[in-house]
Amino acid sequence: MKTIEQETILLKGLAANDTEAIETIYRDNFTVIKAFIIKNNGYTDDALDVFQEAMIVLFEKAKSGSFTLSCQLQTYLYSICRRLWLKKLQNQNRFNPSIEIIEEIVPVDDEIEYHEKKNSDFLFMESALKKIGEPCKSLLEAFYLEKKSMPEIADSFGYTNADNAKTQKYKCLVRLKKIFFAQYNKNKD
Amino acid sequence: MEDNLLFDAIERYRNNQMDEKEKLFFEELKKNNPEIDQMVAEHSFFLDELERMSEQKKLRHNLKEAESKLINEGLISGSNGKAKAKIIYLWNRYRRTIAVAAAIACIVSLSTATVISKYSETKKEAVITPLVDNKLNQFEYKLNEIEHKLKDATTAAPVRPKFKADFRATGFLIDGRGYLITNAHVVENAKNLIVENKKGDQFYAQEVYSNPATDLAILKITDTSFRQVNGLPYTFPKSAAELAEPIFTLGYPREEVVYGEGYLSAKSGYYGDTTSYQISISANPGNSGGPVINKNGEVIGIISSKETNADGVVFAIKSQNIYDALRQVKKDKGITIKPPTVNTLKGFARVKQVKKLEDFVYKVKGN
Repeated sequence: MKTIEQETILLKGLAANDTEAIETIYRDNFTVIKAFIIKNNGYTDDALDVFQEAMIVLFEKAKSGSFTLSCQLQTYLYSICRRLWLKKLQNQNRFNPSIEIIEEIVPVDDEIEYHEKKNSDFLFMESALKKIGEPCKSLLEAFYLEKKSMPEIADSFGYTNADNAKTQKYKCLVRLKKIFFAQYNKNKD
Repeated sequence: MEDNLLFDAIERYRNNQMDEKEKLFFEELKKNNPEIDQMVAEHSFFLDELERMSEQKKLRHNLKEAESKLINEGLISGSNGKAKAKIIYLWNRYRRTIAVAAAIACIVSLSTATVISKYSETKKEAVITPLVDNKLNQFEYKLNEIEHKLKDATTAAPVRPKFKADFRATGFLIDGRGYLITNAHVVENAKNLIVENKKGDQFYAQEVYSNPATDLAILKITDTSFRQVNGLPYTFPKSAAELAEPIFTLGYPREEVVYGEGYLSAKSGYYGDTTSYQISISANPGNSGGPVINKNGEVIGIISSKETNADGVVFAIKSQNIYDALRQVKKDKGITIKPPTVNTLKGFARVKQVKKLEDFVYKVKGN
């Protein structure tokens, strides 16, 4: 059992993508989640999947800054995993009405809904990036994600000067945005 | 390019890289132009999503790492063997061993495959003959000349390029505006290309697409004398053809169009190449690029080569590859080629089908 302060630190670590914090959260909570999944018609692999997804939900929350834990971290994770797992069972028509609630849970429907929406955005962006191909993909990643400067990029991609690289980057950006928003808007309708 | 500057400004605004004055100016601009405001919102959202994706990717990676670390330590699989069937217990227990074994198996099979494919690649050249007729001899050429001169005398033919061809193959229209399908090996290294229809009209053509991997090429008739032809009678199926399906082809192994028929003998080509069929048909140099058509008048493939030391083993590229080629042409050159969608061959007797077809199968010559 960890104190609120300790758990807040862990969440901060998670938000910063810190491997140690991630590992600690796994160590502290996975066994409980796995026991729940296995008791309810699942396998260890399902537990790993569900837990991973729950960690992503938690990550998004922790990063938003406005999030404070109103309960034990374990209760929160358990609630999310439970919701995710029930949904999965339902989708696979394996719904098991005998799921009993012994543990304490908190309402997490909003989080799940938000997560599902954002998850599809994630997939759109990922596939859009794949679709624009090379060197566009690496060019945009270098500028927007690795935050490299234009002269640096011009140098490593072999453009004659930074302006050239910039023009190229602009063209790639327009293409990526077009593909991303096409999917995004289609999903919204 | 104005958008370029605007994106730049939005990005600097979003990252707080503007000085006070510029920032005020930009905010003013935003306030007075709802369009710009909208663009700022959209672009910022987009960048947020992009950065979020990258962070999430990193997170997913870290999660996997943590997972495998705990699995290796036995922390994840250890505690509850009893709740599930033994097989899962065994799986958990031997997961690492299995993973290692699978990895080894994977490496072994991959390297074997590489060796085999390398070997077969070199062999392929040795025993497969592309069906292009490179032996257009002087005599035949002269004959053509005379034939053409005779025709010139009687009819006013549109174009008669003075042209000495080194090879001859077959091609067929895919779009009445002058786009033809043939083999990549037909047109590779060709300096000049002309195509000739059944009537003997010749037109200059240019390659717009060529892919040695699938051995497909698309030509465009560039001659101004070419008039759009309508009513291409065949279609291109999107599904695969069936074994033993009767097929026929039209081609130019001679100066005159030649009909040949046979059947589909295998669903894959040379050494299991899944992009082509093996067909049994009599094909000779010059048949390359000819359409392989089934009884419903659908072009299921394009004749490309035959095995030299076996009889009647001919390979045809599956016509599904054409769709990839069309997509590529659209992407690279911005040209939209529309394959015919109405089939007017279905249900007719073979003689009638061939008659309808003849006008759309061309001789491809070049030097």
